[in-house]
Amino acid sequence: MPENKFILEMNNVSKDFPGVKALDDVTLQVRPGTVHSLMGENGAGKSTLMKCLFGIYSPDAGEILLNGQKIEINSSRDALDQGISMIHQELHPVPRRNVMENLWLGRFPVKSVGPIKLIDDKRMYQDSIALFEDLGMDLDPHVLVGSLSVSKIQSIEIAKAVSYQAKVIVMDEPTSSLTGTEVDQLFKIIQSLKSRGVSIIYISHKIEEILAISDEVTIMRDGKRIGSWLASELTTDSIISKMVGRDLTQRFPEHHNIPGETVLRVEGLTSPFSKAFKDVSFDLRQGEILGIGGLVGAQRTELIEALFGLRTVSSGKIFIKGKQVKIKSPMDAKKHKIALLTEERRATGIFPVLPIVENTVMANMIRYASPYFLLKQLPMKQDVQQKIARLHIKTPSSETQIKNLSGGNQQKVLIARWLLTEPEILMLDEPTRGIDVGAKFEIYSIIADLVQQGKSIIMISSEMPELIGMSDRIMVMCEGRLSGILEGKNRTEEDIMHLATKFMV
Amino acid sequence: MKTNNATNANRVGSFFFQYAIYFVLVFLVLGITAIDPSFWSINSLHDILLQSSTRAIIALGAAFVLITGGVDLSAGRMVGFAAVLSASMLQIQEYSHRFYPGLPDLPLWVPVLIAIFVGLLVGLINGVIVSRFSVPPFIATLGSMVAVLGLNSLYFDMKPNQSQPIGGLRPDFTSTLGSGYIGSGVYSIPYIVIIALLVAGLVWVIFNKTILGKSMYAIGGNIQAAIVSGINVKRVLLYVYAAAGALYGLAGVMEAARTGGATSSYGNMYELDAIAACVVGGVSTAGGIGTVPGVLVGVLIFGVINYGLTYIGVSPYWQLIIKGLIIIVAVAFDIRKYLTKK
Repeated sequence: MPENKFILEMNNVSKDFPGVKALDDVTLQVRPGTVHSLMGENGAGKSTLMKCLFGIYSPDAGEILLNGQKIEINSSRDALDQGISMIHQELHPVPRRNVMENLWLGRFPVKSVGPIKLIDDKRMYQDSIALFEDLGMDLDPHVLVGSLSVSKIQSIEIAKAVSYQAKVIVMDEPTSSLTGTEVDQLFKIIQSLKSRGVSIIYISHKIEEILAISDEVTIMRDGKRIGSWLASELTTDSIISKMVGRDLTQRFPEHHNIPGETVLRVEGLTSPFSKAFKDVSFDLRQGEILGIGGLVGAQRTELIEALFGLRTVSSGKIFIKGKQVKIKSPMDAKKHKIALLTEERRATGIFPVLPIVENTVMANMIRYASPYFLLKQLPMKQDVQQKIARLHIKTPSSETQIKNLSGGNQQKVLIARWLLTEPEILMLDEPTRGIDVGAKFEIYSIIADLVQQGKSIIMISSEMPELIGMSDRIMVMCEGRLSGILEGKNRTEEDIMHLATKFMV
Repeated sequence: MKTNNATNANRVGSFFFQYAIYFVLVFLVLGITAIDPSFWSINSLHDILLQSSTRAIIALGAAFVLITGGVDLSAGRMVGFAAVLSASMLQIQEYSHRFYPGLPDLPLWVPVLIAIFVGLLVGLINGVIVSRFSVPPFIATLGSMVAVLGLNSLYFDMKPNQSQPIGGLRPDFTSTLGSGYIGSGVYSIPYIVIIALLVAGLVWVIFNKTILGKSMYAIGGNIQAAIVSGINVKRVLLYVYAAAGALYGLAGVMEAARTGGATSSYGNMYELDAIAACVVGGVSTAGGIGTVPGVLVGVLIFGVINYGLTYIGVSPYWQLIIKGLIIIVAVAFDIRKYLTKK
């Protein structure tokens, strides 16, 4: 009997989230012993698809076949047992333990000494050595993992996957923190995996890399599969146009901004860390929306967090209304009338157990300070009520704990928090991330409204229609550097994508 | 808070969870009364409140720190130090073993303020260590707990005292901050109960009506968000540990006055009683959650256990077991209010 044509098939997978169709009839078919790349913009559905594969989400429709057999996966443990393994973008080893203990964690080889079972260090060492030799990896099983480079830690993860008899290994952005020679190393390892009949699902934004390593490429967009091609049929340009080629179906509020004087001027801002942003210069004018585009890892968040005093800067100047300023903490930023809506709403935005009132006034309590240290309760409550009404925040009361609100309403509370500080410059980091379509439009309207009032906005977004639909100018970053600023009406997603991958090797 | 948890759980259960600690208090009182009806008296109430007053002030200090997501192990030893300091300066002239033989009678407020100020100072040092040097609060206050005991022992061992228990305290001190009361007979209220209530009122105002209070809850609730919101986290933590230290100082003074003496072993393990009272009273050790009434009820629960179980003749060893179980059970119940349903 001939072998199955595909080792892994995900057929017609669909997944709905409230307000979003995250996956719409997606099919992914991987041949044995090949590298199959999965591409798409941020939010195209790649991660959701992989989460369905690993049982983190259960798909609403569709089936998963391994070697032609339908399989049921409810956890990453299940997936591992079936021979499907994942190398995550962020690795989480146990740094204070050595290589072999990390490799065999949870399934240490044991030997019996009378009635007691002890860990068999000798066998563990020999097994590790054998495995590393087999894969052509140069690793000492006794070295502490904490002292190793990211690339070596990744090798351990790959070896671990192989030791589980993995037939399919998913690699999510495996080269995002590797140097050039380390990438070559990884590619060698991938070749040796292929020759063992292991298939790789390779997720990356780096087009050159994809063309170099893949056998086949599947491209996704907006939760749909656009198609699968042999890598040899594709070029950089054809990939980009397949990734972004869509109509602007999302709607944005009408806005006609008339940018005025320069309010913020950044010159040569550079982080002390070599992988972070370097030599970024730009202007922000009054009454304009400056979009910041780029791929994950382009250091956009790091840049604006530095402008807000949350990160250190080694060189560069910041001017506000022509005067040079030093911003060393968010307190300084507030003094200069800058506000920041962070990307991670839960981690750095909301105070989950506190009521909406506290969540709203937290950045500007000084406004309600009276002599004798007491807060003026009435104006505080009135302001919060007014913001709830103005921004259409849907909540049972202003005393409700914010964790009980929907993502969109939490976001509006956070916008209200910063509006109470009466900022001149608002920096919004992925303001509509994880928010349903209806609430998105409301947030766009709030942004458009603020610009009408003469506020200046910097908006990071990974959703290209949003960038194009909302921004007056779009500044694109790649690998920590400014790769270009797009002006005028005729900007396309292809333009942004070209700039976003400009410095990638 | 009223809308909290209203979904899917049934109303009765939700009501019970919300006020679980109050039920525990009522249940304890009724249980002890059922075993010995004479427990139900103004006298018992009087004694329980008297014993609980200093405990309440220490617990309120501990609550400051817990709400910011920290913990303060130095409380007990600071109580001891403040007790020894104030007592050493408030002995009657006729006492044969005076700590400071030649010291004239100081106005009452001078030693009291010195003791509170020393508490505040140690608290401030805790605050600096935690906020400027980023030492975890558990370790920072563990260090100061040990160091303050050393400091107190050195002071206590000075000549001519040489580690003799300090006695012969001035009657104006022991009555004002100790045994004195207003009113008469069964309708009397001890001064220290009034002081504890005033402190509780003040702390309630700080927690609920001031920038410091709201900032504390914010830091405990989500320190990253607090930093992003431009709250001066370091300064708030400094104030919080200093305020806690001042309260321990006051509690130490009151403890000396109430018992009419002091030794360097005063206050031993009080920090654990204070933390236990806080968590039983619904203060989250993860930070961001806690109320003044909750802390007071937590203190009262332990007051009732101490007094009531002794009253009905339960062995002190069994009392410890019961206390331990109450801490665990109360928190296991209370935490259900905050568990996110997955």
